[in-house]
Amino acid sequence: MSVRSINWYKYAAPANFYPLAGKMIPSLTGITAVLFIMGLYLSFFVAPTDFQQGEAYRIIFIHVPAAWMGMFLYVLMAVYAGLGWAFNARLASMMATAISTTGAVFTFISLVTGALWGRPAWGVYWVWDARMTSTLILMFLYVGFISLQSSIDDPRRADRAGAVLALVGLINIPIIYFSVQWWNSLHQGATIRIANKPTMAPTMLAAMLILLAACWMYSIAVVLVRVRCIIREREREAPWLAEAVA
Amino acid sequence: MGGYGAYVWGSYGVTFVLLGGEVLMLLKRKRDLAKRETSPRLATRNPKLEAS
Repeated sequence: MSVRSINWYKYAAPANFYPLAGKMIPSLTGITAVLFIMGLYLSFFVAPTDFQQGEAYRIIFIHVPAAWMGMFLYVLMAVYAGLGWAFNARLASMMATAISTTGAVFTFISLVTGALWGRPAWGVYWVWDARMTSTLILMFLYVGFISLQSSIDDPRRADRAGAVLALVGLINIPIIYFSVQWWNSLHQGATIRIANKPTMAPTMLAAMLILLAACWMYSIAVVLVRVRCIIREREREAPWLAEAVA
Repeated sequence: MGGYGAYVWGSYGVTFVLLGGEVLMLLKRKRDLAKRETSPRLATRNPKLEAS
C-alpha cells in the first residue's frame, strides 16, 4: 500500500487514531531503547576526547538533542494547537496537550545540562545572555500552557486558550535559534547548519544525531501513550471507546 | 572523566531521572484511568475536577 493510498483524514478521528497509536507504541519503545544504547555507546566509548574541553564536552551529546527537542516540540505543539483551534479538530488539540509535558521536560533538561556544562566551560552555571534567557522563556511558555489548560474545566475552552498562548509564544523560537548571531553571547554558535558542513568530528556528530533520533522516538512514543490517556478521559462517554479499551 | 565526572554524570543522571519519571507518571495515569473505568462510581466524575 502506497503512502498516497492511505486516507490520512480518517486518522483525525479519535476512534480511528486510538487503535493505530496503540499498535505503534511497542515498536517505537523498542527503537527508542536501541537508539539510546547505540547513542550512549558512541558518546562514551567511541567519540574521542575534545582537545579544548576535555571530557566535559560529552554533555553536548544530551544537551544539544534536548535543546532541539524543546524547540521542535514547541513548534509541533503550536501547529497542533492552531489546527485544533482553526478546524475545531479535537484530536489535534489533544495532541498539543500531550506534547506540552514532554516539551517542558526536554527544555528543563537542556537548561540543567547547559548549566552543568557552563560551569566547567565558562566558569559559571548561568548568565542572563540571550540564548539562555530565551530558553528559560520557552520553559515558562510550556509551564504557562500546561497551567492555563489545567485551570479551565471545559476542555474545548482550555484548548482554545492554550492555542492562543502557544501561537503567540512561537515568536520565541527564532529568537532562541538566532540569539547567538543577533547578540553577543557566552553560548557558542551553531555547530551544525543545514547549508554548511558541520564543524565537529564524524563520530561526535554520529553520536549526537543518534541520540537526537532516540529523543524523537521517545517523544513520539510518550506522546502517543499520553494522547491515548487524554482520549480515554475526554471521550469516556463514546460507545467506540468501551470496545477499544476492552 | 578528567575531573569533570560530576558535571557529565550529573547531566546524564538528571536526563534519565526526568525521562524515567515522565514514563512512570504516564504509567500511573494509565493505571488510575483503568481503575476509574472499572469502577462505575468513579467513572462518572470529571477527572479534572477530581484532581483539583
